[in-house]
Amino acid sequence: MSDLNAFRTEVRDWMASHLSGTFAELKYRGGSGEGDVLPELRKEWERELAAGRWTCPGWPQEHGGRGLSVAEQVAFQEEYSRAGGPGRIGHIGEGLMGPTLIAFGTEEQKKRFLPGIRSGTEFWAQGYSEPSAGSDFGNIKTRARLDPVTGDWVVSGQKVWTSLAHLSDWIFVVARCEEGSVGRNGLIFLLMPLAQPGVEIHPIKQIGGGAEFNSVFFDGARAKADDVLGQPGDGWKIAMALLGFERGISTLGQQMSFQQELDLIVEISKENGSDRSPAIRQRVAYAWTGLRAMRYLAMRVLSDDQSPETRREALTYKYQWSNWHRDLGRLAMDVLKMDANVVSDDPRRERLQQMFLFARADTIYGGTNEIQLNIIAEQGLGMPREPRGKL
Amino acid sequence: MLEFTPDQQMIREEAQRFLREQSSSEAIRLIVDTGASHDAGLWASISRELGWCAMAVPEEFGGLGLGATEVAILMELTGARLACVPFWSTVCLAAPLLQSAGSEPAKAKYLGAIAAGEMAVTVAYADLSVADPAATVAVKALRTDGGYRLDGKVAQVIDLEAADIVLVPAALEDGATALFALARDAGQSVAPLEVLDRTRPVAALELAMEVSAESRIDEGCVSAGQFREALAFANLGLAAEQLGAAQGAHEVTLAYIAERVQFGRTIASFQAIKHRCAKLVVEIAEARSLIFGAAQGLGISDAAESALEIAGARVLASDLQFRAAEEAIQLHGGVGFTWEYDPHLYFKRAQANAALLGAREAQLDRIAASVFGDGGVK
Repeated sequence: MSDLNAFRTEVRDWMASHLSGTFAELKYRGGSGEGDVLPELRKEWERELAAGRWTCPGWPQEHGGRGLSVAEQVAFQEEYSRAGGPGRIGHIGEGLMGPTLIAFGTEEQKKRFLPGIRSGTEFWAQGYSEPSAGSDFGNIKTRARLDPVTGDWVVSGQKVWTSLAHLSDWIFVVARCEEGSVGRNGLIFLLMPLAQPGVEIHPIKQIGGGAEFNSVFFDGARAKADDVLGQPGDGWKIAMALLGFERGISTLGQQMSFQQELDLIVEISKENGSDRSPAIRQRVAYAWTGLRAMRYLAMRVLSDDQSPETRREALTYKYQWSNWHRDLGRLAMDVLKMDANVVSDDPRRERLQQMFLFARADTIYGGTNEIQLNIIAEQGLGMPREPRGKL
Repeated sequence: MLEFTPDQQMIREEAQRFLREQSSSEAIRLIVDTGASHDAGLWASISRELGWCAMAVPEEFGGLGLGATEVAILMELTGARLACVPFWSTVCLAAPLLQSAGSEPAKAKYLGAIAAGEMAVTVAYADLSVADPAATVAVKALRTDGGYRLDGKVAQVIDLEAADIVLVPAALEDGATALFALARDAGQSVAPLEVLDRTRPVAALELAMEVSAESRIDEGCVSAGQFREALAFANLGLAAEQLGAAQGAHEVTLAYIAERVQFGRTIASFQAIKHRCAKLVVEIAEARSLIFGAAQGLGISDAAESALEIAGARVLASDLQFRAAEEAIQLHGGVGFTWEYDPHLYFKRAQANAALLGAREAQLDRIAASVFGDGGVK
């Protein structure tokens, strides 16, 4: 425990001395709804983190990480958020691509890709969703064809909701490599540079005005023969394993930023008199309660507890935080009253307005509410599976 | 991180197995339909043979010296089976009050007897429906030559008929609160009430009697803080019971809808029904996490912080228990509102519990007073 406290102090001190000067502008930025703000400075911040060995701290030491325990990683995430650490542009490489490469990559692939992720010099995007493969992820239509001359894979199709593709160097793409295959079969997992002929990136302007997502169009773009992860046909297996690496360690950091949003709501309500409304007070207290419950749920999920209750209830985490956050957005606006509708340069108001708008996405991306409830019912309660249609 | 120790896991598994056998639907109905005050056989097993009442009693008084987590585990499981025993009143309501406010001889006597499984005890709070039931006192205590004269009426005392001892907070002439322990034949009048929730009996208590000086068991009056400390534990136990009862109602429902066929398929296969069941799992997860998070921190974390977590746990657990019970009725369809099927038992317990020790609004007010840092709106 005291070691953990010492570790927290180390992180806190580092953040205090480094998230300053030119980086001070980044405090509390790049969160909900503003994933695309200040991109160049945030890339520099990634390199600052890397210089302090704070990128990829959960990776094994042999791959350049610190090999931190779960408790230490949680402490890092909490202290990072508490200090106002900005949204991480390197998150997809660090949290998703890196662990997947470590698990499935060849030695040569690890040597080529891991250092760029760790040093904050190469950024990754995730090519999963397609216009007709959202919740139904098995319905992927992007095609990969083998070029018999070079051994390269030639890719055509469209990916969508690709976070930060316009700021990234690489993209991992799940594509269909066997003609006529359907569902989970015949998929391949490709690592592709974004700066090449045959790749076009179009931003998607979001509800709050920002554009963190993109459509990525592939028309004869190439993945080198060496840049297949696993074997052709392993795409589904690797794609699912990648999602499993997001074990929720970052969620305690996320909760810290939820707490900051709740604190802001309380602060503003005291200034504008909303705190005298019994209904608002009850809603704030209810939000406090939900956040505390989420904290303990996350601690159960991260504890490796294999009891049937915890395994089942772990499936509810996404539903819980996303709906809690969506409700918080509405509460924030109700506390702001008429001001909620007026754009101003008050950073507190701007943050809550962006949160209010972007929280509508929380219950959609990463598995919609409806898909989450199917998963809980089917995997958690063993209820009958949804029948597949024929269209 | 938050998880049960292997010992706690073992207590849980064994208690679950035992209660599934011993507190079956048939056993509960025997109590409900005959109007008995409790299941005496089950209570004897739980208190004497299994030693559940000894869990949180300190070792110096013959207990096991375990903590809130073990008690919450057992409250959850007795709740799941609506076990008709005075377990909550004895272990969560009375024992913590003895512990925080009793004199050393009283602790040795009563906590010892509770730990040994020889005694059911309850507390006659003036008004159990408010978050601070010790704020008002319904009984007056006048000093007499040989002891005290007690006068007053307490409208509702839980498990009073089953209790061997009732603890009575009473106001002294100077306004301070004393605590008396009365055995069942001490001369008080006990009037059982006809209640909707027949799984947990309630009776009115009327006192107009002389008691000996030895009946007074507090250590120089009971402070608000001592009551608060005891009630935190009662609230936590109640929340755990509510969680368990919700889980119990949910399991009854899942079993029913997996069998019931309409339109050529089980009704469990309809997405409308799957989603309602899944939402209950979400609420169960939320309540369970906060209850056991709070239980683990009780006595270790800051007391004020623990009290807030327990208040929040009551909010979630009260909402959850009612939701699970009403869903049980709705998803059972026509048989859901019959006496024959079990949903009504869970439904009535849900309503009765929601009103105990502060309804959700009162709990939320407590939390708001702290979050806004203003002591609450007057």
